[in-house]
Amino acid sequence: MLIESLLLSAILFAVGVAGVLLRRNAIVMFMCIELMLNAVNLFLVAVSRYAGIEGQVFVIFVMTVAAAEAAVGLAIIISIFRHYESVDVRNFRLLRW
Amino acid sequence: MVGVPVLDSMLALVQEATTHERAYVPFLPSWMILLPFIGFVINGAVGYLAPDRRKLVSAVGPGVLGLSFLVAAVNLVLLIAAHDAEPVIRSYWTWMEVGQLRIEAALQLDQLSVMMALVVTCVSFIIHIYSIGYMGEDPGYARYFSFLNLFVFFMLVLVLAANFPLMFVGWEGVGLCSYLLIGFWFTEPAKADAGQKAFIVNRIGDFGFLAAMFALFAYLGTLDFQAVFAIAPRGFEYGGAAVTLITLFLFLGCTGKSAQIPLYVWLPDAMHGPTPVSALIHAATMVTAGVYLVARTGVLFALAPLSMTVVAVVGAVTALFAATIAVQQFDIKRVIAYSTISQLGYMFLAVGVGAYTAGIFHLATHAFFKALLFLASGAVIHAMHHALEHAGEEAGEDVTQDMRNMGGLKAYLPTSFRTAWIGALALAGVFPLAGFFSKDEIIWSAGARGQTLLWVLAVLTALLTAGYITRWLVMVFHGASRVGEGARRYLRAAPSVMLVALVLLAVGSVVSGWVNVPEALPLLPEFTWLHQFLHPSFEAAEHVLVEHMGEPAHVAPLGGGEGTWAVLSTTAAILVVIFTFMALRGKRYLSAREAAEPTGLWRLLYRKWYVDELYDLVIVKPFKALCMVSWRVIDQGLIDGALVDGVAYTTRFGGWVVSRFQTGYVGTYVLIIVIGILIILGAVAL
Amino acid sequence: MDLSQIVFYLFAGVAVASSVLMVTRKNPVYAALYLVLTLFSIAGLFVLLDAHFLAALQVVVYAGAILVLFLFVIMLLNLGHAFEPDIRGRFWWVFAAGLGLVLLAELVAVMRGAPERPEADIVGPLLEARGAVAAVAEPLFQSYVVALEITGILLLVAMVGAVVIAKRKA
Repeated sequence: MLIESLLLSAILFAVGVAGVLLRRNAIVMFMCIELMLNAVNLFLVAVSRYAGIEGQVFVIFVMTVAAAEAAVGLAIIISIFRHYESVDVRNFRLLRW
Repeated sequence: MVGVPVLDSMLALVQEATTHERAYVPFLPSWMILLPFIGFVINGAVGYLAPDRRKLVSAVGPGVLGLSFLVAAVNLVLLIAAHDAEPVIRSYWTWMEVGQLRIEAALQLDQLSVMMALVVTCVSFIIHIYSIGYMGEDPGYARYFSFLNLFVFFMLVLVLAANFPLMFVGWEGVGLCSYLLIGFWFTEPAKADAGQKAFIVNRIGDFGFLAAMFALFAYLGTLDFQAVFAIAPRGFEYGGAAVTLITLFLFLGCTGKSAQIPLYVWLPDAMHGPTPVSALIHAATMVTAGVYLVARTGVLFALAPLSMTVVAVVGAVTALFAATIAVQQFDIKRVIAYSTISQLGYMFLAVGVGAYTAGIFHLATHAFFKALLFLASGAVIHAMHHALEHAGEEAGEDVTQDMRNMGGLKAYLPTSFRTAWIGALALAGVFPLAGFFSKDEIIWSAGARGQTLLWVLAVLTALLTAGYITRWLVMVFHGASRVGEGARRYLRAAPSVMLVALVLLAVGSVVSGWVNVPEALPLLPEFTWLHQFLHPSFEAAEHVLVEHMGEPAHVAPLGGGEGTWAVLSTTAAILVVIFTFMALRGKRYLSAREAAEPTGLWRLLYRKWYVDELYDLVIVKPFKALCMVSWRVIDQGLIDGALVDGVAYTTRFGGWVVSRFQTGYVGTYVLIIVIGILIILGAVAL
Repeated sequence: MDLSQIVFYLFAGVAVASSVLMVTRKNPVYAALYLVLTLFSIAGLFVLLDAHFLAALQVVVYAGAILVLFLFVIMLLNLGHAFEPDIRGRFWWVFAAGLGLVLLAELVAVMRGAPERPEADIVGPLLEARGAVAAVAEPLFQSYVVALEITGILLLVAMVGAVVIAKRKA
């Protein structure tokens, strides 16, 4: 099942990337990022089966960081929404040359 | 004496010390060096915190030197008591240790170094005393004494060091103090410039010292004196390129420090410093460091006959060359400055022909009579300055030091006058004064070792020396007074501390020659004490010399023994003195303001053979042009323009280009990231 | 084809399908729900891949905590019904799909070195010997204890940061 798992993780990752490219809603872009992280987790778990338990340990760290990232990221989105009344990323372009 | 038990026991101690062979145990050697340093610290602190505490400075400055002199004297006595003692190395701590290189902060106490230390501390002590009077009214009194103490400290480090790097510390240190003291009145540009000139010219010489040190380490793997001299005769091929190169580099250092051709030009300008400084640093001690170095490394020089010849030739030529210039100078100190260069030439001639003892002997006697001459002229300048200032006339250096403005001073400055005569006769080599014994021995050594040409040069120089120093005496002390009427009333003898110093040095100039009376002199007992005393220090070098060149002869190039020539030379010197005195006594000199520049050959001598101008044309001007090119083209154009500004402009342009990608749209960033990942992954996959 | 393989393909198909649907639904609430479905099927795959403890974590942390946070935010910002159309135009459909396919191709090319039939299952026996939790906890609290502590600090910082950033300014 190794090859199949790896292929699946690649597909999920590609879908996540396409989603980030396709959407403008900041929250949905965020979800696509979570999808990519999960694709990576799947990859790690699949490989850890034959390479050692460290892969699963690493997945735990990824999950933790993802949780932290989601909390801060969503807080930022709330903060931005209060200012612009929108979550469309085209509206936030203050930080440029 | 019987019945006074204390005296009896002391006498017994002295007798035991002098009769029994005993090993030499140095007496507080570190304190000899530390005392002047303590003086430097105290005087420096006083100069910084309370410059008006002159009494404290007057006590500390000469006091530490007096104590240091006593320590040196005790050591000398101990060394004499221990006949032919081996050198004692006192190591205090490891200065640096890198790989094979291990340098100790160590002192070497042997006959040569202790002898030198004694001369240095003795003359320094006397000159410190003199300075109390000479510098008494100077606002920088404490600063002056702190520098002078520091100088003695470094000079003793130089003399007592047990390895080349430590000696180099002293070597550089005395150069630094020389710079500080030449430019002591640094507010006048000419004096500050003179200090810089001395420093820069010395740097050229120091390069030679450093190069020689590196080469020595590369060849022998050690820099300790004892080790180097022990290994050298086996480690170097006799007359080989390596040892010749090393010794020539060492000698380059000597020409810088000891003012020999071609690096002598700084010494006459060094006369801008206070006169006691000229006497101490630029006549008696520091400038003799080169002679000491050649004598100290005698083994190396003995292994390189070519270098020996170079040393001797440079010494003899410098002696004659400087003597000719001295004939036509009018600055009271400049005459003596050129005389110093000339006498240093003698010393190099001596060590260059292998007569190390003669060189060190002349070094010691010269220290006394040359310091005496300088201090006497200092007394004259002091009086002139004082008189002109009180008369409300111009009292600048060019007025107070020009001999054309003096004349007939013997009535006003009797002590200076008498002691100056003693010093002058000693310099001229008149029996029985110090210069007679030492100079005669050098001339004899040059002849006896077959250097006929150098011998002729040395004899000529001796005659010129008698001539110019008599001219100096006549112009300063004899004849009609050319001091202005108004100023003449204010001419006063110097303070008594200065006169005490003059008398002490005069005594030294008389007696210091008697430590080494050659056997060949008629009517005199043989007393070659110095020879025997210094013998252990030069044994190794003389052994190499004799092995390769044979024993020195006992006849001069023109026949006759040492005694004959000694009598002849002192007679000739006396004749020259009398002749010059008679010829110049009645001569009328115009005062400096009215006098025209001399003509013909005199002008050539007056202009010092145009050497300064030649150096300016050949070295200074091209160097300045090169610096200009480096500055304008290389530094400002290439480095500043192309490199520094170029990097800045490139970075700015690059930043501008990259900033175009910062659109502020998240979509753009995502796209760029994805494309980047695709590129990287593509590279990995392929 | 044994049972576990059938289950595997089932979960894999659900994951792919629901992830594609997540990307293409206009309503963010739907997108979030499809994401939950994807995460659940991945949790199922974890079980099949001998990561029982991670499967539980996946359900608790991702599906339970993070996704609830997403839905909360969507509701808080009132994006559930009056949503703006946020999917880009036709050109971007093609472009995004094309880039995704290229990425997929490259990933597959990178992974092609993986062995067809791996020699030995390391984790399976370990799980049987030590149990699902201990097998993961042991390295986590021994070799990686420093990283674990730092992660704890990171969580604290993230929590404080989230509160500060989302706070209504006075």
